[in-house]
Amino acid sequence: MADDVDFQARTFDYVPHADQRAATPARRPVAIVGAGPVGLSLAIDLAQRGIPVVVLDNDNRLSTGSRAICFAKRTLEIFDRLGVGDRMVAKGVSWNVGKVFLRDEQVYRFDLLPEAGHERPAFINLQQYYVEGYLAERAAQLPLIDLRWRNEVVATQPHADRVTLTIATPDGEYRLAADHVVACDGSRSAVRRHLGLESRGRTFRDRFLIADVRMDIEAPAERWFWFDPAFHPNQSVLLHRQPDGVWRIDFQLGWDADPEHEKKPENIVPRVKALLAHSPAMKDAEFTLEWASVYTFACMRMDSFRHARVLFAGDAAHGVSPFGARGANSGVQDADNLGWKLAAVIQGRAPDALLDTYAREREAAADENIRHSTRATDFITPKSAASRLFRDAVLALAKTQPFARTLVNSGRLSTPATLRDSPLNTPDADAFAGAMRPGAAAADARVTRADGRDDWLLRQLGDGFTALVSHDAALGRALHGVEVGGFALKVVAIGGDGLVDRDGDVARRYDLQPGTVVLLRPDAHVCARWRSPARAQVEAALRRALAAAQETTPCL
Amino acid sequence: MPLITDPHLESPDDFYEALIAAHDGLDEAGSHALNARLVLLLANHVGTLDVLREALAAARAGLKAGAP
Repeated sequence: MADDVDFQARTFDYVPHADQRAATPARRPVAIVGAGPVGLSLAIDLAQRGIPVVVLDNDNRLSTGSRAICFAKRTLEIFDRLGVGDRMVAKGVSWNVGKVFLRDEQVYRFDLLPEAGHERPAFINLQQYYVEGYLAERAAQLPLIDLRWRNEVVATQPHADRVTLTIATPDGEYRLAADHVVACDGSRSAVRRHLGLESRGRTFRDRFLIADVRMDIEAPAERWFWFDPAFHPNQSVLLHRQPDGVWRIDFQLGWDADPEHEKKPENIVPRVKALLAHSPAMKDAEFTLEWASVYTFACMRMDSFRHARVLFAGDAAHGVSPFGARGANSGVQDADNLGWKLAAVIQGRAPDALLDTYAREREAAADENIRHSTRATDFITPKSAASRLFRDAVLALAKTQPFARTLVNSGRLSTPATLRDSPLNTPDADAFAGAMRPGAAAADARVTRADGRDDWLLRQLGDGFTALVSHDAALGRALHGVEVGGFALKVVAIGGDGLVDRDGDVARRYDLQPGTVVLLRPDAHVCARWRSPARAQVEAALRRALAAAQETTPCL
Repeated sequence: MPLITDPHLESPDDFYEALIAAHDGLDEAGSHALNARLVLLLANHVGTLDVLREALAAARAGLKAGAP
C-alpha cells in the first residue's frame, strides 16, 4: 500500500484547552516542549508506560524540508518498540553500503551491516517530515498524549516541587505546572535560554549547501561521498537517495561562501547539473529542486542534561556535525534512555537518582558522538596545512593500501553508545567475550518461537527488564516471578523449550553457554551477565539498574 | 612495548641514503607528501597506539609552536 501522505502541506489544528482558562495553573506529571522526533518519541514511550503527557509545540506544522534523513538501525529498533518501525522502514530507503571517491576514483567502500541475522538495515533514509508525521499519528492514537499545537513556551520557572511554564497561544497566555519538564525544543532551545543555560563547544568555519532534488534516475541505494570531485573541485560532496525519487546532495562551500547567494535556485541548478553531468547514469536526468538550505554547524553540549526537574534531550542538549548522522539518532536514543526512567520515578518505582543516570549516560554518549563528529569534520575540512597534507596522503594511499582505508573518514555513522561506565551496570564477575558487555545496546538475531514461527530476538523483549536465559530450564524457572520496584522480570529462554537460536547468532553475539543469563534494561541495554547466577544476584542487579542499590546492603 | 630509541636499524647508512634518494626529483610539496605517506605506512607497521604516541611526543620535543 502506498504511504504518501503529503506531510509537508499538513497543518495541525490549534485546539483551545480547558487548562487555558484555569484559575490556578493545572498540574501535570510531565510536559514535553517540542514535537520533533525526540519529543514525540519520548511522549509515545511515556504514554505506553501509562504516564499522561502534555506536549507543547510552538508551531502547527511538521519539519520544513527533509532535514535529518538518515535513521540508524538502533533508532529503528526503538521505533519498533514505539509501534512505528514497520511504517518507517516500509517508506524509507534501506541502505548498508557507503562509497568514498577521491576525484573520480573510488578509494573506499564500507558495509555497515556485513552480517545477516538482523531485522533492520544499518540505515534508512527518510525525510524528517515523514518521521515526525508517523510519530504524530502514532501519538494521536494514545489517549494519554495531550499534544497542543501553537503552544509556545515563553517562560520557564523552576520551583522545588514543580516547574511552571508560561505558554503563548492564539488565545493569549496561560500557565501550566508540571512535575517534570523535558526540553526537546532543538538547538535554539527556549527552555535552555529561560534557565540561563548554554550549550558550549566548537563552531566550524565552513558552510554547506543542501539541495534536495527530485529526479528519475537509476542508482543504487548507497551513500556516496566525494573528496575533491572534478565537478566541485577542492570541496566535498555527499549524495543520498530518499523516498519519492528525491535525492539529497550536500555540497561543501567553504567559509567565504555567501549563504543568500548560494540559496538562490539559479545558483544551485548549475551545481546539480555539474554533478549529474559527471556520471553516465545521471547525465541526462531532468530534475526539479525540492528544498535547499545553507548551513553551518557546531559540536557542542550542555554541561549537564539535568537541572533538577528540567531535563534536556536531543539538539537542545547537544549538537554535532551532520557527517555520521548522529543528531536525530542520538536524540531518539536520549528519549529511549529517559522514557523508562522518568516513568519509574513518577510511578514511585525508583528513586529520583535514576534521573541523574539519564544525564550521566547520555552526556557520555554525547561526548562520544561529538568526538566522532569532530574527527570526521577535521578530515573532511582540514584546518591546517599539515592536516590537509595527511588527509591527502591518506586518500592517495587508500587506492592501493588497505590499511589507509581505515583512516578515510567521511563520517563514522551512528551506532548506539555503549554505556560502559554507567552506575546501573553490574560489572562482570565471570569471563565473557563479545560486544554484549554491560552497557551495550542489545544485538538482534533471528529466532524461532515455540509456536514454530520465525521472529526476531529484539521483538521478544518485555516493556520492563528481560533476562535471556541460555539452555537451563531450572534456572529459567528459578527466575520466574522476580520483581523489583514493580518491574516483573520477563524471562526469555534460549534453547530447550524456549526460543530456537536457529542460526546460532544469539549464542555467538551474547557469548552464551548453558546457564548464561543476560539481563536487559527496558531500553534494551545490557546491564548484567553471569555464567550461572543465583536469583539473589539477579535481584541485586535489578535494584542496581533502578539506582536503588543502596537499599541492598548484604547485612540486612 | 616502549618506543625503541636505542640503535635498531639494520644498516643505518643504507637507510639514510635510501631515505634521501626517495626524495630525488620532488619539489617541496612532493617531498612533504612523501613524508606524510611514509609516516602513515610506518605507523601502520608499528600498530600500537602507545608506541605511536611516544614517537609523536619524542618527535615534537624541542619544537616550539610558531618555530620554523
